[in-house]
Amino acid sequence: MNPGLLILVLAVLVAVAFGLHRRRVDGRFGPVDEAGQSPLVEEVALQPSRDHVTAWSSVTATLPSAELGQQATLVQFSSAFCAPCRTTRVVLADVAERYDGVAHLEIDAEEHLALVRALDIRRTPTTLILDADGNELTRAAGAPRREQVLAALPSSSREIP
Amino acid sequence: MTSTETRSTARGIDPRGPRFTASVTLVIFAVALLLSESAPRVAAVITGVQAVFFAIGAGLGVQKTPTGLFFRSVIRPRLAVPTELEDPTPPRFAQAVGLVFAVGATIGFATGAVLLGQVFAGFAVVAALLNAVFAFCLGCEMYLLGLRLTRRTA
Repeated sequence: MNPGLLILVLAVLVAVAFGLHRRRVDGRFGPVDEAGQSPLVEEVALQPSRDHVTAWSSVTATLPSAELGQQATLVQFSSAFCAPCRTTRVVLADVAERYDGVAHLEIDAEEHLALVRALDIRRTPTTLILDADGNELTRAAGAPRREQVLAALPSSSREIP
Repeated sequence: MTSTETRSTARGIDPRGPRFTASVTLVIFAVALLLSESAPRVAAVITGVQAVFFAIGAGLGVQKTPTGLFFRSVIRPRLAVPTELEDPTPPRFAQAVGLVFAVGATIGFATGAVLLGQVFAGFAVVAALLNAVFAFCLGCEMYLLGLRLTRRTA
């Protein structure tokens, strides 16, 4: 086969496989896989000790004026070169508006690289869902759909009637 | 409640414009790849023209490229009004990333390093297809990883 044609076919196959994979995993919230941070362990965890570093304490170290939601906080990392961040902003802002005690905080990843490294954010948008104590429950990379956000919220969150 | 820490832009462009441009880009690189073995000089001219398109897109915005203008004057009037507008910054950045691939491919084809040119063109096909078919901007996503790796924290 002509090498140019071969490279063309390979490139198309790689792009289609990658695109389909991304379409499947984008916006999906999964368990946090850092050591000792899985949702199961967290449910039985004791009160956080004084030096316990939560995702929220990393956020407030950078953004002291940020406010934690009473039930949950949706922390969204965005960047200027990111079209799906816009969609994500609309979805998360809507959920925060309709659900009691749920806050939405959008952070510019580019301007807060230290926080991006601390929380290991790799792409934008990435959405972290924090519980009432500021612990990370789960995260999703890529634009999540509304149903995906609602399913991942702590069960104590109630829709405002 | 929502608090925002990002810059916001008010103006927007029809998101189907950059995707149309990406489709044309995809065809241009595919033709260049198919001709690269038998006529590398012709392939170099084709990717060179594409490099100029990318340079216009990176410098002035994707809506100012020949394909962007064609979309606005010929295609868009025949389509329904877009449901939402898109920030022109991400596709403009993607044009700059595309420029790097197009220049690499052109240098390869023009100097006889045909395989090098084909590899650059191959990457360009991957990026353009993801953009055209999946509305996925590879360059935009690499941007944050690039910043994380290269820029020191202030």
